[in-house]
Amino acid sequence: MTLQHIEKTVGIGRHEGGSGTGMEPLHLLTRTSARILSRYGVLLGFLVFWQVAASSGWVNSAVLPPVDTIVAALWKGLIGGSLLGDIAISLQRAGLAFAAAVVVAIPLGLVMGQARAVETALDPILQLFRQTSALALYPVFILLLGLGEASKVFVIFWATLFPLLLNTISGVKEVDPKLLEMARAYGARRLTIFRRVVLPGAVPSIFVGLRLGATTALLLLIASEMIGANKGIGFQVMNAQYNFQIPLMFAAIVILAALGLIANQVLVVLQRRLCRWNVSAG
Amino acid sequence: MPTARGGDVTIRDLSKSFALGGRQLAVLRSLNLDIRSGECLVIVGASGSGKTTLLRILAGLERADGGAVAIDGKRIEGVGEERAVIFQEPRLLPWLTVLGNVAFGLEVRGIAKAEAEKRARFYIALVGLAEFSDAYPRQLSGGMAQRVGIARALTVQPEILLLDEPLGALDAMTKISMQEELARIWSEENVTMVMVTHDLEEAIYLADRVLILPREKGGAARLIDVDLPRPRERSESRFVRYREELLREFGLH
Repeated sequence: MTLQHIEKTVGIGRHEGGSGTGMEPLHLLTRTSARILSRYGVLLGFLVFWQVAASSGWVNSAVLPPVDTIVAALWKGLIGGSLLGDIAISLQRAGLAFAAAVVVAIPLGLVMGQARAVETALDPILQLFRQTSALALYPVFILLLGLGEASKVFVIFWATLFPLLLNTISGVKEVDPKLLEMARAYGARRLTIFRRVVLPGAVPSIFVGLRLGATTALLLLIASEMIGANKGIGFQVMNAQYNFQIPLMFAAIVILAALGLIANQVLVVLQRRLCRWNVSAG
Repeated sequence: MPTARGGDVTIRDLSKSFALGGRQLAVLRSLNLDIRSGECLVIVGASGSGKTTLLRILAGLERADGGAVAIDGKRIEGVGEERAVIFQEPRLLPWLTVLGNVAFGLEVRGIAKAEAEKRARFYIALVGLAEFSDAYPRQLSGGMAQRVGIARALTVQPEILLLDEPLGALDAMTKISMQEELARIWSEENVTMVMVTHDLEEAIYLADRVLILPREKGGAARLIDVDLPRPRERSESRFVRYREELLREFGLH
């Protein structure tokens, strides 16, 4: 078979695929795999490179174990259940702190965004708190609340509060004043304007805050678990490193990454649900 | 002219000024005007003549410094249910569908959702957007969005429709078809219409009377009766003469 012949055959095949149904499934398959490759190709390449580099001895596999060893450690930790307790306690800490931050920050932000006097009065102290690293304050929280759960949850809560609060405030303030005036022109009262215009208008910005807050919560979770904890994913990362259980350390890191991805994905789906009108959602 | 639901507007000694760079800038100086129930009054004037300010005072969105406005003999304080405003921008709520936006005016006035939507559907059809009831504002063109704004105002069935350069942002073709639509709506809906525009041809096309606001101090507001049969024909000689007369008022002809 000559090259020309192949080209011709492919050409005909394409033509048929376009007009008829004969080639459709194959086309679909190639198209789908091309899409997957263009999206995850680099990630896949990175993992393959890691695997090859670690198993062929280019890098010290004691420090960077091959991917399959990490996966095996992860599998053992999850199926054997030794990591499940850590995941549970970590989720409890981050979840409690995040929920508390939502309950405090969103209502407060909605009020501050509308009441100029409240915002003026609170803004300087908020700026000060926000610029003071939560990690720097962690020792203070430990002194005040002890080395147990309370100080851990509080430091996560503290750091999560600000992105949520500031984004809620700006969401409220950025609602188009022309829409507020329109509602007023139709005779809407303050509460109606708040419920029907301000709140929905602020939702996209609140979601930006929620997503930033979720990232911050996980970050602070790890930091707090690295100091004075005896359980939790962050603790496992440090502990495995001390005991030179490097595959387990990486397994814990993978779990953290997965938690971050899942939290973000949950929020993205929720946002798409609530903001179907907003093209930029997601 | 069919008899309207009401909507006689009496404006007495109305004045309003704004602080500008430390000094007071008067935009309305003791304006007196009677707007007859059911008429279409179009307000023109150079920028800074206070035409939008006058409309906003009538809407109750702004307070006058002096004088009074009364509707059917009752002095107005703020916004009121007998009036509806159509703004220059459609001002649609992006999170509501066309149906939700058109029903919005009724809903904030306490009408139950089902009833509000029933009435809204009627006016959505009236402005020719029945197929777009479930579309979101971002999916609409500028002309369509403005129609939604018009339908929203009509749905509350006001006695007085206040329009602040409603077609100012539209392209020339859309503008002409919307002018025809406004003329049709005005004659069908039996409503008093007060409209601000920059467009003199638009003014003559729609107005029973054109109010020309003066810009300079001491100038007097002038009213011109547009005595032309409807529907009006833009190329007709009397139409053109009215246009020239208005242009002369602005010193442009």
